[in-house]
Amino acid sequence: MLIKRDQDRKLRGEDIPASEITAERLYLDRRAFIAGAAALALAPSPVRAENHLAPLKAAKNPAFTLPDALTSYKNVTSYNNFYEFGTNKEDPERLQASLKTRPWTVKVEGQCAKPKTFDIEELLKFSLEERVYRLRCVEAWSMVIPWIGFPLRDLLKRVEPTGQAKYVEFTTLVNPDMFPGQKRGFFGFALDWPYTEGLRLDEAMHPLTLMTVGLYGQVLPNQNGAPFRVVIPWKYGFKSAKSLVKIRLTAEEPKTAWNKAAPSEYGFYSNVNPQVDHPRWSQATERRIPEVRRRETLMFNGYGDQVASMYTGMDLKKFY
Amino acid sequence: MAYRGRVVLKAAVWVASLWPLGVLVRGWLADDLTANPIDYVTRTLGLTALVLLLTSLGMTPLRILFHWSWPIQLRRLLGLLAFFYICVHFSVWIGLDHFFAWKRMGQDVLKRPFITVGVLALALLIPLAITSTQGMIKRLGGARWRLLHRLVYVAGVLGVLHFLWLAKKGRTTPYYYAIVLGVLLAVRLWDWGRKRLASKALKHEPSPPLGERVAVRAETLASSDEARAE
Repeated sequence: MLIKRDQDRKLRGEDIPASEITAERLYLDRRAFIAGAAALALAPSPVRAENHLAPLKAAKNPAFTLPDALTSYKNVTSYNNFYEFGTNKEDPERLQASLKTRPWTVKVEGQCAKPKTFDIEELLKFSLEERVYRLRCVEAWSMVIPWIGFPLRDLLKRVEPTGQAKYVEFTTLVNPDMFPGQKRGFFGFALDWPYTEGLRLDEAMHPLTLMTVGLYGQVLPNQNGAPFRVVIPWKYGFKSAKSLVKIRLTAEEPKTAWNKAAPSEYGFYSNVNPQVDHPRWSQATERRIPEVRRRETLMFNGYGDQVASMYTGMDLKKFY
Repeated sequence: MAYRGRVVLKAAVWVASLWPLGVLVRGWLADDLTANPIDYVTRTLGLTALVLLLTSLGMTPLRILFHWSWPIQLRRLLGLLAFFYICVHFSVWIGLDHFFAWKRMGQDVLKRPFITVGVLALALLIPLAITSTQGMIKRLGGARWRLLHRLVYVAGVLGVLHFLWLAKKGRTTPYYYAIVLGVLLAVRLWDWGRKRLASKALKHEPSPPLGERVAVRAETLASSDEARAE
């Protein structure tokens, strides 16, 4: 009983000691941050081409803020896993210029009454909001990022999913001219392109699941999955597929890129879970970029009270 | 090789080997070690260690293939520098990555094959580093010393396995290290087979005492060559 209660507290993130939570005055409010970013933009720095990105207006949604300090813009945009550019974390920032995000369309199709191809400009007209989410990479590091976007369910409602729709599949653009990492290497392809990911329909309709078009008050930098990506904060980062060209409602569980590449290491669900280790490392702790000391990883990345109910009765060790 | 040439060569090895450490120290001071400094430092140290270990393993094949004597004079230095980097790599893992969380690290050593083989490689190299001095070679005797130092091949294989098993799918760098190791070991194997055939041919000489004498003499020559090279 006690154990059960303890687990419930963990699911809600109540086991985080107050000392771990950043004092309110310590985290930057958005205005102060933007002032800081503007100062940085004025400073003659050779590596800040990102500052030329278009600003994106979006009201801060007070329901999705965090006491955690934000990860710096520089770190968010220079330390990325985006195999389409290359397998090194520095590759996406270094090679991002080859990705052209206009023209860009996103097909939303499959088990729905009104399939539709959306132009990116149309997607930018959805009701955008800023949300601060934790991002927990499966490699045991994490960030805190102010994203701009809208809930996926707003998009899915437009196409009217049928009763057959049980899952959603996300597909990333395939274009080796824009994505040098998609070229065949000496030892074959890095992954079986296109990159695909998937969610159960209830996960896709969950208010936390955010279709994302910007971060830090600007449109998405290419290396962060421009122009249109999904962000699912309670799952490991690789679930949040980038540079999407297709969203498909399906009756069957979709195949996902990392699950195909290494099924024993990456499952379909991939919920952040400190109790289920990756075969090659523990998931109990993580390193918040750029801190040195590790911190405890939270169940469902700290979003347990919002999402745990979707997995009641499921063996999360089996459905990892 | 002339004394001066040998000094220049060794100085070059020192500079080239300590370069990556210097770059890390400079990056540390300038706070410019990517967004995940611990991970970057750990990987750079490990990679440098592996490069040095494979380079030291490459010295004998160079002699075998090209009959040069100078590579042998760099073998010990390269091996010790590799050992040094492995020690720093391991210390960073203990002190910075896991902050002395002994229980967690112990579990990792037992549960994660890539960590197991990494720790094993380090453990195997300790006796080799200790017995790397001229005095130790004399104390152990050439034959026994050489037998002990064959462990470096095992450490090389474990080091490459460590790299192969920790890399995620799609990362191809470890394959190149495996190929290099394979080539180096193949040269050794080929040389060993060739020598074995030669000594067998000697043993099939009609007069056994002479054959034995020749074989013993060949062995003595080989070991004195090894000792001289050190």
